[in-house]
Amino acid sequence: MSILSRRKLITTGIVATAGASGLVVAAKLAKRYGLIPPDSGGIYGPGETLTYAAQRLLTRHSLAREFSRNKISAKPFANEVAPLGDEFKRFQQGAFADWRLVVDGLAARPASFSLAELKSFPRRSHITMIQCEEGWSYIAEWTGVPLSHVLERVGALPQVRYVVYRSFQPDWWESIDMADALHPQTLLTYEMNGGELPVGFGGPLRMRISRQLGYKSLKYVTRLTLTDNIKQFGKGLGSAEPEGGYAWYAGA
Amino acid sequence: MAETPHPRHSGLVRVTHWLITFAFLALLVSGLELVVSHPRFYWGETGNVNTTPLFKIPIPSSRNLVPTGYGYVLPDQNGWSRYLHFQSAWVLVLIGLLYGVASLWNGHFRRNLLPARSDISPKRLATSIVQHLRFKRPGVEEAWSYNVLQRLAYLLVIFVLFPMIIWTGLAMSPSFVSAVPAAVNVLGGQQSARTLHFFLTVALVLFLLIHVFMVFLAGFRSRMRAMITGRAA
Repeated sequence: MSILSRRKLITTGIVATAGASGLVVAAKLAKRYGLIPPDSGGIYGPGETLTYAAQRLLTRHSLAREFSRNKISAKPFANEVAPLGDEFKRFQQGAFADWRLVVDGLAARPASFSLAELKSFPRRSHITMIQCEEGWSYIAEWTGVPLSHVLERVGALPQVRYVVYRSFQPDWWESIDMADALHPQTLLTYEMNGGELPVGFGGPLRMRISRQLGYKSLKYVTRLTLTDNIKQFGKGLGSAEPEGGYAWYAGA
Repeated sequence: MAETPHPRHSGLVRVTHWLITFAFLALLVSGLELVVSHPRFYWGETGNVNTTPLFKIPIPSSRNLVPTGYGYVLPDQNGWSRYLHFQSAWVLVLIGLLYGVASLWNGHFRRNLLPARSDISPKRLATSIVQHLRFKRPGVEEAWSYNVLQRLAYLLVIFVLFPMIIWTGLAMSPSFVSAVPAAVNVLGGQQSARTLHFFLTVALVLFLLIHVFMVFLAGFRSRMRAMITGRAA
């Protein structure tokens, strides 16, 4: 073995060892600081983890762009939803007076709120863009109660790490981490462009996540569950989306 | 064995070339698949099926509510396409950075890609263009060096097209632009970024086609051997 190749071998060995131990340390740190998404397994796990970790480090507190009133889309688009059924129609006929939002899980005071109660809480509006993963978008004014206010009201326990939210549509459920749950633009919305939130756009109650793609803004929200262990929900991937092949984190 | 004193392409160039090739092809396949879910392009901040597109691609869609004129809807493949697109983008960006920083450091850009000042004259450029248009096979001297058009094309890809396609990609990310709003604002909006991203893809595909054609013209076996093993002749 020549001196050159021995030196090369030693250098390569040192670099490889440093690289491997660097990765182990990075993985430990990432886990400790909550930088690993629930769907980090599988062949696309590394890319997903890099995206989520990088964006959490860069964008934990950043606000989605807000637009002036004249930028509101004249023709927003309501994506297709599966038929909502008779039970939903009964709610609709009663002007959603009987609609309730249940909040349970790791809360000091689990509760159930009517729409009227939610509307009596502090409200916030923002004019933001909603982007579908398919490629289309629109801008609207969204009004609702900040999720952080609801979490405060029910006394969310300090160990809560995720908020799981469910739709009236039984197959749809989602979850977000605390960076998004406590984010000032995260709203339980009941108004759009100054009027009642139309059913096509998720009325009577839609979760609005301003910094993620549209599918995180779940329509027809009926229940919030506060948890420290996301693995116990569904298949343990964080939401219904990864079970259908889509990423849990949709900050893109 | 007639071994050359140094390889035609350095180990770093060879490894990063092929990693970026695989990442680019994965990005291309997954990106084109994503277009199928909404084969309409807009200019400005927003756009959807209720608004007028800048242009449409006349293909069927994987979504029911997109009017395409076709009587059928393709199956939705966006889940894996999105995962693959972003994972490959990470490979492209990280390997691209490694290549870029190393090439600045070791003089690869200056030595091998920056054209000689004398080659930039209109006359020399015109000669090179005519030679290319006649599909003239390169001589032996070009086995060890790039010609002036080749250098300019590579510089355009490395310093304009790839940075622009990464930028326009990031400008579509709702989370990224919340931290860096200027990234999308200076492009004229999120839909403009998507449309530019598409045109940059077209430009890179054109480059790829010409690049592969030129490799065939120059001698597929020898050029592939040079980029795989490093041996030129």
